[in-house]
Amino acid sequence: MESSSENRPAIQLHNVSYTLPNGQALLQNLNLAAQRGETLVLLGRSGSGKTTTLRLINRLLIPNAGEVLVNGSNVVQGDVIRLRRSIGYVIQDVGLFPHFNIEKNIGIVPQIEGWDAGRIHARVEELLHLVGLESSIASRYPHQLSGGQRQRVGVARALAADPEILLMDEPFGAVDAITRDQLQREFLSLQQRLNKTVIFVTHDLREALRLGTRIALMENGRLVTVLSPGDFLRSMDPLASAYVKAFGESLTSVANRGGA
Amino acid sequence: MNIVHYFLQHHQEILELTLEHLWLVGISTLLAVAIGIPLGIFSAHRPGWNRPILGSANIIQTIPSLALFGFLLPVPWIGARADRLAILALTLYALLPVIRNTYTGIRGVDRSVLEAGRGMGLTDRQLLFQVELPLATSVILSGVRVAVVVSVGLATIAAAIGAGGLGEFIFRGLAMVNNDLILAGAIPAAVLALSADFALGGLERWLRPR
Repeated sequence: MESSSENRPAIQLHNVSYTLPNGQALLQNLNLAAQRGETLVLLGRSGSGKTTTLRLINRLLIPNAGEVLVNGSNVVQGDVIRLRRSIGYVIQDVGLFPHFNIEKNIGIVPQIEGWDAGRIHARVEELLHLVGLESSIASRYPHQLSGGQRQRVGVARALAADPEILLMDEPFGAVDAITRDQLQREFLSLQQRLNKTVIFVTHDLREALRLGTRIALMENGRLVTVLSPGDFLRSMDPLASAYVKAFGESLTSVANRGGA
Repeated sequence: MNIVHYFLQHHQEILELTLEHLWLVGISTLLAVAIGIPLGIFSAHRPGWNRPILGSANIIQTIPSLALFGFLLPVPWIGARADRLAILALTLYALLPVIRNTYTGIRGVDRSVLEAGRGMGLTDRQLLFQVELPLATSVILSGVRVAVVVSVGLATIAAAIGAGGLGEFIFRGLAMVNNDLILAGAIPAAVLALSADFALGGLERWLRPR
């Protein structure tokens, strides 16, 4: 029993379709599974259905067809609040509560879960340290932090109740290149220690190659292919090679301009 | 000098009518807040209801106050006593700014904040009381502030149907062509409106999210 639950993918999507009320199909017949402890990157252009896929997993959206399983159970059947509290969620705009200080922001899920104040405080300290922030930041408010600091707080908040699964929607999309590089490096070392199942949405191939255990390439609401970063670079798939080509050309053109 | 003399002579009555005035405004504001905030929240959460709710409140606002008092006169329990009637009319007028500002305040909460809150597993109730209402407080309060200031002025008309308040002086003064009497009603009413505006403005600034 134990081993079967260990081997089961943490997240499975079977023939999932999602259509807007106006009839526009955002996702068609998606089949995808995330293994325990892996970072599965959803790569694609805007409108490809990455974010929709993410929001189906924590039931911010409900599929029109097919089923979404988290730890083997259909998300539509269980308690939605329990489901969401067991999944960390990080979005590009972070969405910190502007009227709460950082400690209250990070401790929100533990607080509504009824942890006592001492335990929340200790957990917030631990998390701030984990994401590389000073504990003195705890009493500050979101508007007093830099973009990179806010992103770290967003990650700390998602980790607060120690969820097994983390959903990250372009979490490093709104920060400058140097901060992004630093956040990606920290993400990798964090993931090595924590071994969460992460679904990571991005449109940046470089980020996908660097962070992903596997990369799921999406286009127009469909899954094109799922490949490891190494296979992705060698892929014959027209869309995947188009990504690699565009990425390579951007490097070459920058290098050429530097040489001229 | 005449007026100072008049005020000193009639301070007892001025005080009584001011308290009566405050009572009319206070009760009707409380009722408007108790009805208007839930309605504003409801219309912010259910986009389809926004138009009918705000529209009705808007229409009420366009009815001239004397006419509204007249319309309400035949209503059973309400029409039986002038103060009930005045309170109902004042409540109806105060609804629009309260509903509209509650709606605006709640709709103004950053979408990413709501998305994050919902995604983390806050219930609708937790989202409302811990996020939406605290962030909308200062906008809601500025609606209440408008409602109070308007009510202080409107409540003077309540004297026309015998509900008392500072309007008593004004109507009496108009009938007797006596400016001192009119001022004995108008000055305390203006002072009430200004101090309510000042106090609520201070509260609003104090509660404004950083």
